[in-house]
Amino acid sequence: MKIKFQLNGQPVEAEAPIDETLLDFLRNRLRITSVKKGCDLGECGTCTVLLNGKPVRSCLLLAVQIDGEDVTTIEGLSKDDNLNPIQEAFVKEYGFQCGFCTPGMILTTKALLDKNPDPSIEDIKIAFEGNLCRCTGYDQIIESVLRAAKLIKR
Amino acid sequence: MEEEIRPLPKFDYFSPHSLHDLSTLLKQLKGGISFLAGGTDLLVNMKKRITIPKVIIDINRIQELSFIEKRSNNIHVGSVTRLNNLIESSIVQENVPLLTEAIRFLASHPIRNRATIGGNLCTASPAADAAPPLLALNASVKLKSPDDEKIVPLSEFFVGPRQTVRKHNEILTEIIIPCEKGSNAFMKLGRRRGFTLSVVSVAAFGIIKGDKFEDIRIALGGVAPTPIRAYKIEEMLKGVEVSDRSIEKAAEIAKSISKPSKRAKRASVEYREAMARVLTKRVLMKIAFEERG
Ligand SMILES: Cc1cc2nc3c(=O)[nH]c(=O)nc-3n(C[C@H](O)[C@H](O)[C@H](O)COP(=O)(O)OP(=O)(O)OC[C@H]3O[C@@H](n4cnc5c(N)ncnc54)[C@H](O)[C@@H]3O)c2cc1C
Ligand code: FES
Ligand code: FES
Repeated sequence: MKIKFQLNGQPVEAEAPIDETLLDFLRNRLRITSVKKGCDLGECGTCTVLLNGKPVRSCLLLAVQIDGEDVTTIEGLSKDDNLNPIQEAFVKEYGFQCGFCTPGMILTTKALLDKNPDPSIEDIKIAFEGNLCRCTGYDQIIESVLRAAKLIKR
Repeated sequence: MEEEIRPLPKFDYFSPHSLHDLSTLLKQLKGGISFLAGGTDLLVNMKKRITIPKVIIDINRIQELSFIEKRSNNIHVGSVTRLNNLIESSIVQENVPLLTEAIRFLASHPIRNRATIGGNLCTASPAADAAPPLLALNASVKLKSPDDEKIVPLSEFFVGPRQTVRKHNEILTEIIIPCEKGSNAFMKLGRRRGFTLSVVSVAAFGIIKGDKFEDIRIALGGVAPTPIRAYKIEEMLKGVEVSDRSIEKAAEIAKSISKPSKRAKRASVEYREAMARVLTKRVLMKIAFEERG
């Protein structure tokens, strides 16, 4: 099925097989490999994308469902060579080690801070419930989100 | 044993934009239909080959199915309302806080951005978190086929694990919840606090007058092939004095009416029965405490 949608602010037209998840479509056809396949079951959060600004699991959506919608992946965050403040905060606070969970973590941070510029630690924990990280132990991720909130406010 | 996860099986796909278009489509199709709402159960089950639909009807573009309204003394919720929209709704918080309480910790925030209330009920998992509160609140569901529409009490909706009275050409369009003043309690026990399926859950709604239970309605998840109303407890407590003894007796009944499946994953039969007792006790204590201050 032919679909048209906004990807990171750019219009995209593409042929999407009906039985393909958004995750496989982004990775295999559009070569957006920042969207990771951790579990393929909605449990890990590495496949997070923003759909109309909200974090969702691309492994649990069909590609054809995004026809007419707005999708953001981490590629949509940095402008030219400049890191987004959230990315900067993750670098400064060591918010990642292997990096596999990081695109999902950063997109989840963006959605959270867009809605709630001054989150408490509890707010952060709720927003990140579905994002697993096998490396950091989460503390640095929470610190990164707090620093990102400060950087954005500046 | 973990099921193998595979790419989605082949299917035909339709995405009607209105209930009218849906009816026209349903008249043409024969069977093997799955409705796609949030997809958080359906796509997982398809990848595990638990469900292999011939046709998927995506109902996400039917705007008429997404609403939260108060009409006279009932809350009406469209079946494709996302769980996060329900949690954030002040209408729901003010009138049926038991529902808010029960779904607040369902799955995770991003799952709740897509998962719908209709999907949670139609999946008919014995552990579906929205079922016990809606049973305790005497909710009903509206089912619509191309040429008929009917309202079914939720207590008659579930017939077994993953089975409901819904026919293949019927769609659940809305959930109707009566508003009543009283106390609410919901408790869910999973393998950990957050982001986990319930092993056992208990929801109760109650009114206490003086020292006595005037009206208690209580429902349990995860202890039987379907979520169940514990009518035996309700009858036993009616007009009875609020005391440790009466609550303990109610909790014993919860254990005795529990008939969990031996094949259920995540916990043994004995554990589920024991936890039905513990959670029932805690839920009733909370109601007694809240109502008496
Ligand atoms: C990681 C993860 C964690 C989860 N944790 C929980 C949890 O803690 N508690 C819990 O209760 N559930 C949990 N779930 C299950 C699931 O998210 C919920 O049951 C959710 O509410 C299902 O809604 P949905 O809209 O995604 O349903 P879908 O997957 O779209 O549909 C589910 C089923 O219902 C049918 N259906 C959907 N809508 C209708 C309708 N209007 N009319 C007729 N049939 C319909 C579909 O055909 C399908 O068979 C979890 C799922 C995942 C992936
Ligand atoms: S790959 Fe989608 S949540 Fe794990
Ligand atoms: S940094 Fe390795 S999984 Fe999070």
